[in-house]
Amino acid sequence: MKRGHIIGLGIIGLAIIIIITSIGDASTYESFSTAKTMAVNGKTEAIHVVGELKKDRNGEVVGIEVGQDKTSFTFIMVDNDGTEQQVYYNEPVPADFIRSEQVVVIGTYKSEEMFVADKILMKCPSKYQETDVKTASS
Amino acid sequence: MMNTFMGNLGHFMVILAFVSALVSAVSYYYYTRAGELEKASWRNFSRITFYIHGIASVAIAFSLFEIIYNHRFEYFYAYSHSSMGLPVHYMISSFWEGQEGAFILWIFWNVVLGLVVIHTNKFWEGPVMLVFMLVQAFLVSMILGVVIGDLKIGSSPFMLLRDVSEAPIFQINPEFVPEDGTGLNPLLQNIWMVIHPPTLFLGYASTLIPFAFLMAGLGLKKYAEWIRPALPWAIFSAMILGMGIIMGAYWAYVTLNFGGYWNWDPVENAVYVPWLIMVAAIHTMITFKKSSTALKTSMVLVISSFILVLYATFLVRSGVLGDSSVHSFTDLGLSGQLLIYMLFFLAVAIFLAVREWKHIPTSEKEASVYSREFWIFIGATTLGLMAFQVIVPTSIPVYNALVESFGGLSNLAPPADQIGFYTKFQLWFAVALALLTGIGQFFWWNKMDKQDLKNALVTPYIVSMVLAALIITIGKVYDITYIVIVLAGAFTIVANSTILIKLLKKKTFKLSGGSLAHIGLGMVLIGVMFSSGYSDTISINMSGLTYKKDWEDELNKENVLLWINKPLQMKEYEVIYRGRYKKVVGVPGYVKADALEATGEINQSIAVRDIAVNDQLYHQKGDTVKLVLEENSYFKVEYYQEDDLKFTLFPMSQPNPTMGLISSPDSKRYLTRDLYTHVSAINDYEEPEWKEGDRVNAAPGEQFFINDFVTRFEGAEVVNELDGLPLEEGDVAVKANLTILDYDVEKKLAPIFLIRGNQVGKIPDIDNDLGIRVEVENIVPEENKFVFKVDTYQKDYVVMKAAVKPMINVLWLGTIVMLIGFSVAIFRRFDEFQKMKKKGLE
Repeated sequence: MKRGHIIGLGIIGLAIIIIITSIGDASTYESFSTAKTMAVNGKTEAIHVVGELKKDRNGEVVGIEVGQDKTSFTFIMVDNDGTEQQVYYNEPVPADFIRSEQVVVIGTYKSEEMFVADKILMKCPSKYQETDVKTASS
Repeated sequence: MMNTFMGNLGHFMVILAFVSALVSAVSYYYYTRAGELEKASWRNFSRITFYIHGIASVAIAFSLFEIIYNHRFEYFYAYSHSSMGLPVHYMISSFWEGQEGAFILWIFWNVVLGLVVIHTNKFWEGPVMLVFMLVQAFLVSMILGVVIGDLKIGSSPFMLLRDVSEAPIFQINPEFVPEDGTGLNPLLQNIWMVIHPPTLFLGYASTLIPFAFLMAGLGLKKYAEWIRPALPWAIFSAMILGMGIIMGAYWAYVTLNFGGYWNWDPVENAVYVPWLIMVAAIHTMITFKKSSTALKTSMVLVISSFILVLYATFLVRSGVLGDSSVHSFTDLGLSGQLLIYMLFFLAVAIFLAVREWKHIPTSEKEASVYSREFWIFIGATTLGLMAFQVIVPTSIPVYNALVESFGGLSNLAPPADQIGFYTKFQLWFAVALALLTGIGQFFWWNKMDKQDLKNALVTPYIVSMVLAALIITIGKVYDITYIVIVLAGAFTIVANSTILIKLLKKKTFKLSGGSLAHIGLGMVLIGVMFSSGYSDTISINMSGLTYKKDWEDELNKENVLLWINKPLQMKEYEVIYRGRYKKVVGVPGYVKADALEATGEINQSIAVRDIAVNDQLYHQKGDTVKLVLEENSYFKVEYYQEDDLKFTLFPMSQPNPTMGLISSPDSKRYLTRDLYTHVSAINDYEEPEWKEGDRVNAAPGEQFFINDFVTRFEGAEVVNELDGLPLEEGDVAVKANLTILDYDVEKKLAPIFLIRGNQVGKIPDIDNDLGIRVEVENIVPEENKFVFKVDTYQKDYVVMKAAVKPMINVLWLGTIVMLIGFSVAIFRRFDEFQKMKKKGLE
């Protein structure tokens, strides 16, 4: 066997390892109920949950509680299946959080009642859907 | 008044640019195939169409900038990306904030590069420009803004607001022009936003040149000759792209609130990958020039880097990344078009390469382990694997989209801890690269066998061991992984320096590009290891205020709450927050926010007291002053060590009406480390909701408490004027002087009680820092007492994060060394090409 072949095989081997670990380390999108089942079964790796902030009838976001020292907060999120869940985030409320149309929390259940997010991604309403043009200068 | 001329002009120029690009492409095709007799006329015609295209492209840019510059808010682009208060250099940023502007920038750079190619090449002009013009046609089509039935081709930046917005005002008054735009994203109001996108897009644009030369080579069956003219451009492209990446990283570090310079975000990865491949391509191209091997590899790499740039564009701009990136990009509905663009060139490249594959010369000779080709090949392979490792997980959203387009369901998400995930691979690849560059350089310059190699490597090996040992001891690097990085970094620096010194001795500086770039790599590696691996968050919250949940103890709170004036210990520093400041035009440093009162005009305020810095008076009370971006507040944070004020930082924050709190860090720069501080949350006291407090009776000289602050009623005096205006006859005005103590700060408040006839006027005094409003409610002369009404509000605070980043300057310095290395290499290769051209060979 020529050296070139050995190198070639080595590269292919490495590439396969990369793909396998990428898939192995990839997280998944879950709902709160499947995430809870996972946590109960001892799977503690971080997963993604997509949803929205809980809003009242007037469209106001409800359920945000900022910690006493203002360095953390909890909020109530409704996932795509409609499950409500209190989520804890160990950072101050991010910019534009309340206005976000959709939030993705990456994290895991730390206790039965509390989902702890390591990271929050927000999708904010794009300017292109903006329908209210300011009619007066402010 | 609505202006439709500029928009129409711009749109016309877009169409002209599109048509001329197509005509020019066709013309260059005929020029390439024409016989000697007709060549000159085809060339002239091609060039004329190219120049028309170039002028049209510049005119597009001009029209759009004119719209932004003259605040024509009837146009959607100006309305949504700019505003009245924006200074000119940020208007330039507004230009490319939107995707359409970014495409225009790209088009513009291609025109510039095209001009250079035309004027530096004879033989290659035709086929290379053919590829160029095809690319231009695709790019211009992105901003074409033509709608045929349901088919939308491109998104025009010259749309009127009324055609885009559904706001009801336009049904009432179609001629309505908003008075102000919604402004540029405050994060982008930064000098880096002015220079980073042009650099990055020049990088993007320049990947086209090696690709175009390769396509020309394949088309003309000149399988090897394309390398020489393409090589300087490939190095140029890698340099500019690298510079763009570094600028982005530096920008993220100095102004964005990410807390670092690199986050392995999909948007960052999308540029990093083509850069790696381009660097790999440079290496194999150089090998080919030396020894006629690796031609096919070079071709594959050049094609890949170009296609990967298009893939990056697709990822970033099609909306496919959706919720997996922290960067938000609006989906302009161009995904289909971008996909066609990418697939078209992929198909052309594959078609040409496959058709010619058999005829491409290869070297059958097996590369020996002691040959430079072998080591360079391994290096290029490592770069390729690095790129592969990044692009595979970054593309996860694409796999999901693919699966879903076939009706399947995929819940695969990108790795939860991106930084950890990518670092774990990239780190070891980078170590391998560093070692390879050290060894490879020796093979490059000398013919080696086993014995020579040993002799050549023994000195650098020992020196680098000593250097590494020093770094490890002084830097207290005790983690085994980090030790390996230091060893590898030190080795590549020492080994390449050895080569560099040899070259300098021979006075052949021209050849030193490679060793310089590799020294830079070693420095980057060590700099990244220290600044990221040993980044130390010093703002760990020890307040002990928790929700009383047991799991919460495990989480480090990385932010601290600083009440105004109240000292807090953060590791070796004592930190005190001192309130909000503003930047005023013409005044050095910062001006306390409560010395200024907004007038309602943009960026304009009135000084409520004299503004002096270092005993020099800049503005008097009552002056109208100009602010630098009035929305920006700077939060003064003092760092003490053993009661000595060491330094003061002013991290910026802006409560933005549409985007929430926008913050930008401030760092104390030392030679060996940075202390990085940024604001995570602020007290919103724009319109405080005063909490009605108690009434306090006090006689002059008495002390009492306001909201826990010790307050002394110093005494009262009769005043004869109010705010500089003399009182009317018969008026009586009494000013009560209060001193409020807050830690080491004494605040003076002076509410005024005014009697005019039967009327009583109460002029309260407010301190926003402490959140106090005091009013003299009444005066009881019989008892010699004043009745104060005290309203309170949340006293000012800031929540911030601070981290020490050691050796970050080694990283920046390393990147600069690397860029110098690239520049030297470009010079050398271009010089080579010019000489060959003069000989009439190319």
